[in-house]
Amino acid sequence: MTSANTGTEVGSFASRFNLQQYVVYLGFLAIFLFFAFMLRDSGFLTVRNLSNIVLQTAPVTIMAIGLVFVMSAGEIDLSIGSIVAVSALTAAVTIASYGMAAGIVAGLGAGILIGLINGALVAYVRLPSFLVTLATMGLFAGVSRSMTDLRSISVTNEAFTGFFGSGSLLGVPSLIWWTVIAIAVGHLIYRETRFGAHVLATGDNARAASVSGISVPKIRLAVLTISGGLAGLAGLLYAGRLQAAKYTLGETDLMTVIAAVIVGGTLLNGGKGSIVGALVGSLMMGMLNNGLILMGLSVSDQMIVRGLIILTAVAVSLRDKSR
Amino acid sequence: MSAPILQLQDIRKNFGGLTAIENFSLEVFPGEIVALVGDNGAGKSTLVKIISGVHPPSSGTITIEGKPVTMSNATMGRAHGIEVVYQDLALADQQTVYMNMFLGREPLNRFGLLDRRRMIDETEKLVKELDVRIPSAHATIRDLSGGQRQGVAIARATHWASKLILLDEPTAALGVAETAKVEAIVQSLEQRNVGILIISHSLDQVFKLSDRICVLRRGKQIGVRETKKTDKNEIIAMITGLQQQ
Repeated sequence: MTSANTGTEVGSFASRFNLQQYVVYLGFLAIFLFFAFMLRDSGFLTVRNLSNIVLQTAPVTIMAIGLVFVMSAGEIDLSIGSIVAVSALTAAVTIASYGMAAGIVAGLGAGILIGLINGALVAYVRLPSFLVTLATMGLFAGVSRSMTDLRSISVTNEAFTGFFGSGSLLGVPSLIWWTVIAIAVGHLIYRETRFGAHVLATGDNARAASVSGISVPKIRLAVLTISGGLAGLAGLLYAGRLQAAKYTLGETDLMTVIAAVIVGGTLLNGGKGSIVGALVGSLMMGMLNNGLILMGLSVSDQMIVRGLIILTAVAVSLRDKSR
Repeated sequence: MSAPILQLQDIRKNFGGLTAIENFSLEVFPGEIVALVGDNGAGKSTLVKIISGVHPPSSGTITIEGKPVTMSNATMGRAHGIEVVYQDLALADQQTVYMNMFLGREPLNRFGLLDRRRMIDETEKLVKELDVRIPSAHATIRDLSGGQRQGVAIARATHWASKLILLDEPTAALGVAETAKVEAIVQSLEQRNVGILIISHSLDQVFKLSDRICVLRRGKQIGVRETKKTDKNEIIAMITGLQQQ
């Protein structure tokens, strides 16, 4: 007999399932409707504004994908903001001398390398990822500042800025292509591959994963490397869209990315998460940003309101999970 | 009787200068339940680790179906057909039953992606065979009761074990009704023609389930008795060492 044994168990299972799965979508819808109504005369609902939101959130969405993997494995990566700046600057400097291809390789390579350093320290030196990436966050914030003496480096290579920023293919802006492809690939790997399953198992119960033959250190190394690589890609997207790289890129993204991932249904302690949820979370953060500006709030008021909304969203999405 | 499925000969295990196990020998036959009993610190968990492959013995031989084997981790133990149901169950609580059944050994379809259909089908089949009453293969482990979780852990071991299932205190955390249910599952495993080694503190359970009882004290094997030909007093005397005086 495999049918339900008690009514209450199935009932609580169903309610938890619903709340966890849909809170981000409901929140997204609520905020969308709120702005659509409040800002109906301020251009919030125009195609131009809405597509702008997606374009602006592309780097955050890409970083959020990496963080879903990291957090699902029970780790954290605080260094992604610093990686963005180092990668963007590395790419910008390399492009100026060696062209686009070398710039892409150097920019992504810098991100992957920093991710590998984080991952190796966590996986093989067995340091907690919180402390490792807190340290590398500061370390590489310093590196990005010293790389060009705080100067901004412009990116004039049109192929590069088109590919990563202002260009479009089949009428769809390249940043949307990047977002869609990254989400699709990320979701597939996360949900449908052995690697994704092993990431979740590691974050859920590292001992169980280990006695089941999963190499827990390799998983930890892999997720932090992926996160570094995706933060590097986010750096390229910033450099492409802004046609310049500066040490300030990515500086304030960490909180937004973490909020997007958690609101999107990924557990801080690992074992459960969602790539698509992170996308919706990221779009929600972008929409919030956009709507508050259009409402005419001052920068300080925006920060306060955003903080309160993130707090509410996180509280609601964690309410049932932390039991 | 047929050939033993597992044979331990003169097993010794040292940790630095400490001898945890010495001169331990035991045979387990297919279709037989052997209980391993002993007081706390007698070396039961060290033996579990030796048999599951986690710790290689310092000396002595492990023979599986007549072939001597050397193992240095649990993956090698599993490759030899030995599965362990750990005391903490080693289940990933937020994953589904079927993902836990195949944890670390997920089947892939022709695209190289997880073959969920196959995992779900095989899980449902086995769960039915063993009469583990869970809501569905899709249920999340943490939504299950203690007995159901234990059932899932045993089902997983049963699915993969071709030679031996090692059960470490399978009912230590369970209530009366759930204990009876798990005992029934363990008993039904005998038909599968694998060897079963069960570690338990409950002598009632040991006498109910086992064919033979092996007593361990201070790292040494004190004796093996056929369950039908012994009684609790003798086993208790062996565990506590009073018999030797």
